[in-house]
Amino acid sequence: MILAHSAATEPTRRDFLFIATGAVGAVGIAATVWPFINQMNPDASALALASSEVDISSIKEGESVTVKWRGKPVVVRNRTAKEVEEAKAAALSDLKDPIARNANLPADAPATDANRAAEGKENWFVMVNVCTHLGCIPLGQEGAFGGWFCPCHGSVYDTAGRIRQGPAPENMAIPVYSFMTDTKIKIG
Amino acid sequence: MTMKSLSTKLAGLGLGVMIGLGAIGAGAAFAAEEHGEEAQPTHFPIIKPTLEPWSFAGLFGRFDTAQLQRGYQVYKEVCASCHSMNLMSFRNLAQEGGPHFTEAQARTVAASYQVQDGPNDAGDMFERPGRLSDRFPSPFPNPEAAAAANNGKAPPDLSLMAKARAVERGFPWFVLDLFTQYEEGGPDYIHGLLTGYKEPPAGMQIPPGLHYNPHFVSGPAIAMPPPLSDGQVTYTDGAPQTVDQYSRDVAAFLMWTAEPHLDARKRAGFQVIIFLIVFAGLLYVTKKKIWSKVAH
Amino acid sequence: MSGPSTYQPQHPALKWLETRLPILGLVHSSFIVFPNPRNLNYFWTFGGILAFMLVAQIATGVVLAMHYTPHVTLAFNSVEGIMRDVNSGWMLRYLHANGASMFFIAVYIHIFRGLYYGSYKAPREVLWILGMIIFLLMMATGFMGYVLPWGQMSFWGATVITNLFGAIPLVGQTIVTWLWGGFSVDNPTLNRFFALHYLLPFIIAGVVVLHIWALHIPGSNNPTGVSVKEKQDTLPFHPYFTVKDALGLVVFLIFYCYFVFYVPNYLGHADNYIEANPLVTPAHIVPEWYFLPFYAILRSIPDKLLGVIAMFGAIAVLFVVPWLDTSKVRSANFRPLYRQFFWIWAVAAVGLGYIGAMPPEGGYLIVGRILTVYYFAHFLIILPLLGLFEKPRPLPASITEAVLGGGAPVTAGAPSGPQTK
Repeated sequence: MILAHSAATEPTRRDFLFIATGAVGAVGIAATVWPFINQMNPDASALALASSEVDISSIKEGESVTVKWRGKPVVVRNRTAKEVEEAKAAALSDLKDPIARNANLPADAPATDANRAAEGKENWFVMVNVCTHLGCIPLGQEGAFGGWFCPCHGSVYDTAGRIRQGPAPENMAIPVYSFMTDTKIKIG
Repeated sequence: MTMKSLSTKLAGLGLGVMIGLGAIGAGAAFAAEEHGEEAQPTHFPIIKPTLEPWSFAGLFGRFDTAQLQRGYQVYKEVCASCHSMNLMSFRNLAQEGGPHFTEAQARTVAASYQVQDGPNDAGDMFERPGRLSDRFPSPFPNPEAAAAANNGKAPPDLSLMAKARAVERGFPWFVLDLFTQYEEGGPDYIHGLLTGYKEPPAGMQIPPGLHYNPHFVSGPAIAMPPPLSDGQVTYTDGAPQTVDQYSRDVAAFLMWTAEPHLDARKRAGFQVIIFLIVFAGLLYVTKKKIWSKVAH
Repeated sequence: MSGPSTYQPQHPALKWLETRLPILGLVHSSFIVFPNPRNLNYFWTFGGILAFMLVAQIATGVVLAMHYTPHVTLAFNSVEGIMRDVNSGWMLRYLHANGASMFFIAVYIHIFRGLYYGSYKAPREVLWILGMIIFLLMMATGFMGYVLPWGQMSFWGATVITNLFGAIPLVGQTIVTWLWGGFSVDNPTLNRFFALHYLLPFIIAGVVVLHIWALHIPGSNNPTGVSVKEKQDTLPFHPYFTVKDALGLVVFLIFYCYFVFYVPNYLGHADNYIEANPLVTPAHIVPEWYFLPFYAILRSIPDKLLGVIAMFGAIAVLFVVPWLDTSKVRSANFRPLYRQFFWIWAVAAVGLGYIGAMPPEGGYLIVGRILTVYYFAHFLIILPLLGLFEKPRPLPASITEAVLGGGAPVTAGAPSGPQTK
């Protein structure tokens, strides 16, 4: 193709040669580009970043602590009975996002309060406190549902961190966590 | 005399002078080197490292996992009591192309150390068992403490030791090294040093607190006492429990800590160079074809 | 860069663009139909190789800067973080570190080629000087880049090289303090070196554009040194020289990758894997290999100011080579005497490099002094005199004739083409 104007002897072989050379060159460039893109992904130290441990023995009913995990605030809340009651009362059909978004459960688990709260300890609630709209930190115990309210664009979450009003598309995420003892949670 | 023959002679003279002067200079340099006597050496190391066989040398070199595991054992049981390894984390022990312990094993190793963390809610620092993401703990809290505990000379960090020491190879070896891909000067040096302690030659004064070692790169004597002895570390895989074997294993381990992606590097290198040779071949044929119709 | 373009785009969108910004025509006239002498050998592919290396260094450098921290307490460990944890970080860093060496290997071959074939002579003096400016900028960039890993050689190299400016009478120490931003090489020095190391390659790229512009006015020199006279002396850049340059580049890449993947630390120095320590100087300080000849010249003169002057003079003298060479014939192929002196000089330059790596004692010092004198004598004495005494071999009438090997040669020594101006 580059020499289309010159003599047309054995065009097939010549064209094949040019195409093969060009193709090998293209493969080489593509293979070279990948490390330059991949280097921006989290590195080995970030991937290995430790889990965070939280001592919950001093968190009284109606209190929360916030810990940093992978650079994000994770809220651990000892919910009041009223908050649990309200969260349980919400019908799945009223929820904007019916999926639990709980990393400890299958991806399609429904967003019931049981699937959002700690297993067998319904007052304990652990959540990545990051608005699913554009990443701001919602304020706790604010807004029409007594849960969280995001000051940036007005998303309102209920007491199980589920989106009820406003622009956010999803419920706030539940991270991988487990109870090491009755008073100690390991996040991550 | 024609212009041409004059010019040729001039150039020839210039070249001859250059070669002659070069020879004089080189001769003088060698004479200076020969001058030192056994008891007053002037160039170090007194004994240059010998080239040892390493599994990770050459085009297809790879680390020997079993050797790295033994080397880690020697490091952990002997070296680590004085030397830090600040750049390594416990997670690295499970790394592919390294000692390749299982993640559970690495986790157990990590948990066997107490690591300082904090501050906690009360503002206090506290100790907790190590995790995979923790760095290897240092034997001393700071270089000053390390120096104070070791006759005023802080034991150097070992993370990069195998790349941080090199003995001058000299001509023509440094040229040949390029073709033989010799990059094991560090492990060779470490092996030589660890096996090289001996009595000083008659007449040599060794200051107190130092130990004669003709393999040491910066003087006749080193502050580190002989660290290894036969049978000191118990291997479980049947490898010989000798100073020589310990030295080899720990030198290999230190090469890995200095260059943890060596395996991946050599593997990728082989693929890249094969690819480039194929591509160059195709380009050569293409170029010939394109240029075949024109004189050049 | 070669006058008005005859390029006529076919596609309406391209036509639209071309009437507003004739960039396609520029590319077309500069890199597609640009006429190159048909007899260029593979030494002429190094211009393209250098362009590639500049782009490669900028690409790997920008990526490394994403992970590097220019602070004295963090720099060393951030580089080791790149080597250990960043995805493919070891490869990117070795590509960059060895890339600098490859860049200099290519530029030295490029300069030697220019000296051998007389590429600096009229009408290419400005092209040559722009090239020398690029060479100087490359040295500054390479030096500052070597400081960034903050190893022992980084630190002490920076200390020694910045102290060179202390040789300037009266204001020397003031300038050194200004360069450091303190009273020794420290965090402010590292920070500014990082900023400048990131900036200078883009300035190099700008001068490279001028260099190519200045090249495209007279066009490339060629192995005969005889100027292009008619269209049949040349071939279009594409496909003839694109494919030839590509082949040259890929062969060069094999060489480059051999270093990166098999002997990545061969051209480095072990002491730079020890973190900088302002209290301890390594036993044997040497700069990176590409500075060694100049370093040897510096050390061969037992006076600080004169040594510094000689070192910079060794580069300065290259700037005026177009006027030191009095011969009317360009290519050494037709200059029997110059050809031999060129090779003696080349051996002397490489010899200086070897001396620069050796300790400054005994015979090495003597040889270093002789070679230094010879280096300058070549340019300041031999080159001007050769043009007066040398009897060149007969030149071919044209490039085409040289290629086809027929026809009667032009009278010996008679310059051709634009050289007569």
